[in-house]
Amino acid sequence: MALFGYEAQLLQGILVTLEVAVASAVFGVLLGILGAAAKLSRHAWISRPVGAVTDLLRGIPEFLILLICYFGLTNLLTGWFGTRVDISPFAGGVFALSIVFGAYASEAFRGAFLGVSAGQLEAAHAFGMRPLQVFFRIHLPQAWRLALPSLNNQWQNVIKDSSLVSIVGLEDLMRKAQIGAQVTKHPFNFYIAAALVYLLLLTLSNPLFNLLERRAGRGLRRR
Amino acid sequence: MMGVDLSTLGGLSDTAALFGRGLVITLELLVVSTVLAMVLAVPLAVARLSANPFFRWPAFAYSAFFRGTPLLVQIFLFYYGLSQFPWIRQSIAWPFLRDAFPCAQVVLTLNMVAYVAEVVRGGIMAVPSGEKEAALSVGMGPFLMYRRIILPRAFRLMLPALSNEVAIQLKSTSLACTITLLDVTGVGRRLAAASYSTEPLIVAGVIYMILAFLIGRVFKLAEARLSFQRRA
Repeated sequence: MALFGYEAQLLQGILVTLEVAVASAVFGVLLGILGAAAKLSRHAWISRPVGAVTDLLRGIPEFLILLICYFGLTNLLTGWFGTRVDISPFAGGVFALSIVFGAYASEAFRGAFLGVSAGQLEAAHAFGMRPLQVFFRIHLPQAWRLALPSLNNQWQNVIKDSSLVSIVGLEDLMRKAQIGAQVTKHPFNFYIAAALVYLLLLTLSNPLFNLLERRAGRGLRRR
Repeated sequence: MMGVDLSTLGGLSDTAALFGRGLVITLELLVVSTVLAMVLAVPLAVARLSANPFFRWPAFAYSAFFRGTPLLVQIFLFYYGLSQFPWIRQSIAWPFLRDAFPCAQVVLTLNMVAYVAEVVRGGIMAVPSGEKEAALSVGMGPFLMYRRIILPRAFRLMLPALSNEVAIQLKSTSLACTITLLDVTGVGRRLAAASYSTEPLIVAGVIYMILAFLIGRVFKLAEARLSFQRRA
């Protein structure tokens, strides 16, 4: 399939797509853990608003969230500093995709934290572990295993959703394909190529997650 | 294209009217694609479950493509990509694909079919095999068995998952504005660009929240109605 010498451009785009997706996934996981902790909080003034915000983020189209973040942050910062502040499409995109990822991940982690048996935590406390030790050594590693399948789903979604950032100007795979399509007048070639690369990225991440899941479950007896 | 005269913006009633028209487009996209997708998902799900590889493999490839690539790529592939081929431009489907609105309908439907077919497949597999055996043993053919026994049972089992898919589809329709359609997101974008403010986008977000809430309620009602036999 002819891409008229745009292969290197597309390759650069793939790297940008992966950068956005990885950055959003990392921030998203951290936000998800924090969000889950907040939702499980005993204090309603913490759990209620966080629950409402994550519901909001899951109910509004990702594309609209991206636009709100990108233009909203620009307007907000411009208002604060008094001069025009432009945030980069990369930063705006990662911000938007991270909070969406975090909203879904917080639900996954909430279930996962509840899924770790109370006896495990009591045993850890009985050993004299401090609360943070219990969290990092006992609670989180086991919850991580339960949250992974859902995080795999979110990872696939964030790769696909990263294509939306091309609309605010990020030079990712989608934008590079668009440029190639417009210049060469062969849009089908470029869009089908982009589609196949996305498909490949998603397919390749499956064995990666299998590996992570096997590692996360290494303490369990094989059935 | 609908003409939007940006000089007349500013009046609250104009803004409301624009969002009203956007809402109509969003709902048209949602309802038409959802209804078509639910109808088309059944044969695709049956093909996915077929023992015959001539049905199973194309159905698998279709499903993998539409679920494994971004909707935005699919929209651009159909709206811009297909015009590359003269034989498509000369075909009877061209007047349909050339216009943004029907093209968006087609892609949103094709995309949703792949997701709903997975739900239907799960529903079909969840029908107890004893019921299938009973249907076969009273002499039903496979077609009759699907129509009278499996699909009605599967439909009830998959309602919660379908409700999810419709809520996701509502969000998907927002991408129609990337090919010039003025749906709720499109109107929000236009007004935000014209007024240099984020508020129109937030108004659009509120509209989506209300729609998502209503979709949830409709499906709750449908579930309550369809499960009467189990409670009786």
